[in-house]
Amino acid sequence: MGGFYAAVVVRGFRRYATYRTATAAGVFTNTVFGLIISYSYIALWDQRPHLGGYSEAQALSYVWISQALLMTMALMGGGGEAELVERIRSGDIAVDLYRPADLQTWWLAADLGRAAFHLLGRGVVPLTAGALLFDLALPAAPLTWLLFLASVALGAVVSFAVRFLLALSAFWLLDGTGVSQMAMLSGLFFSGMLLPLTVFPGFLGEVARALPWAAMLQVPADILLGRHRGSGAALALAFQAGWAVLLLAAGRALQAVATRRVVVQGG
Amino acid sequence: MWVRSTLAYRVSFLLTTVGNLAATGLDFITILLMFSHITVLGGFTLPEVAFLYGTCSTSFGLADLVMGSMDRLGQRVRDGTLDTLLLRPVPVLAQVAADRFALRRLGRIIQGLGVLGWSLARVDVHWTVGSVALLPLMLLSGAALFSAVFVAGGAFQFVAGDAAEVQNSVTYGGATMLQYPPAVFARDLVRGVTFVVPLAFVNWLPALHILGEPDPLGLPGWLDFASPAVALVCCALAGLAWRAGLRSYRSTGS
Repeated sequence: MGGFYAAVVVRGFRRYATYRTATAAGVFTNTVFGLIISYSYIALWDQRPHLGGYSEAQALSYVWISQALLMTMALMGGGGEAELVERIRSGDIAVDLYRPADLQTWWLAADLGRAAFHLLGRGVVPLTAGALLFDLALPAAPLTWLLFLASVALGAVVSFAVRFLLALSAFWLLDGTGVSQMAMLSGLFFSGMLLPLTVFPGFLGEVARALPWAAMLQVPADILLGRHRGSGAALALAFQAGWAVLLLAAGRALQAVATRRVVVQGG
Repeated sequence: MWVRSTLAYRVSFLLTTVGNLAATGLDFITILLMFSHITVLGGFTLPEVAFLYGTCSTSFGLADLVMGSMDRLGQRVRDGTLDTLLLRPVPVLAQVAADRFALRRLGRIIQGLGVLGWSLARVDVHWTVGSVALLPLMLLSGAALFSAVFVAGGAFQFVAGDAAEVQNSVTYGGATMLQYPPAVFARDLVRGVTFVVPLAFVNWLPALHILGEPDPLGLPGWLDFASPAVALVCCALAGLAWRAGLRSYRSTGS
């Protein structure tokens, strides 16, 4: 059965790999945005050195890591959830439920394939461009990069789990527009895409750092920047894994309730 | 038709407009969060940055309302549905613009005007007849400039069907850039948005005049009033690009 879902992962990867011009265009856009945000951060860190505990080089690295992870974590949408919502709305979901594969695991596998493609296709080049244009604080130790990859993988699962939950709401709402908009808003703001969560003041910062969106960008970025080391890194990964398990379980429970609601027309 | 169809679902329309308002407002919340740590950014105070933000957001919102559907063109070229538009006795540009005309985009304009109003109440400016007249002029010229970029981006999609994202880097990227004072950016980047894609005429140059701030490029003062002329030239160029693009269109399958 594991081999079956691995095949779904590979298909998910290949499916997105077909859009080469779109990927190149996306890389260009990520790089332009990285450039613009970098300058605003330089101005900010000039005024307040070590804001949020970052040096200027670390803050700039944060910008390019966030551009590299934007599509992997589907922080502005663009994951497979729109398709899932559409299948729920149109009733095609009945066909999916009839298959000898688990709905959540199937979509998780497809989404991990998508995430892996975007990490390579839209992550590597902008990060390299950023490293060429600015003085970044990227680590040399291979272990840190491995920890980062593990953290990205966990973040991708959390990101999927959140979007799966939101997509299932279509069983009740039938219209995904409002929900996907909310997902985009919270994804952008609470992941630390606009500004690192360590810069958020006071109570807002504490809440933001505890929410699942922190697992998608803030935690992987901090691991790569070497802010979590040793037991701290283990704790950070555990934070991500905790949210992943909790949200996947919630998705599973909601899926059980939702599938009981399905009424197949004419069947 | 699209207006009526969106207004048919009143609650949904209200929710998406509010959502749009919140989504576009996140940028300003980021700026507010930044100013919770500092008092001056690139030589500008918060009300001054809010002035840049408000003017840029309003202009962009107006252009987005009219021309924001342009990024859908690539998809129409790919799946061949553009042919339907060619058969109708209405200019294709007008049809593409009206395609899925999204009234919810009013959210961005409302939000932009809100921030602009807040900044006008707080900003320390010596108003003259010239600068009062400059304000509505820059909003409209800015909208025309952004529209020209949208149309040029549309024309580009005739050539590169799935490259709609490149357009985003100029439209959304440009709009993000104009929210910050020009002194924040590297000189070459400022030159690029002044002379290559002349987005600096949307708000930077006229705003520097109104706010009485120095221009990092040291350009002659009359350029602050050149926005309408620049917008006119850009619209003409975008129009030409659009016609060239449309003429080069080959339907899929041929």
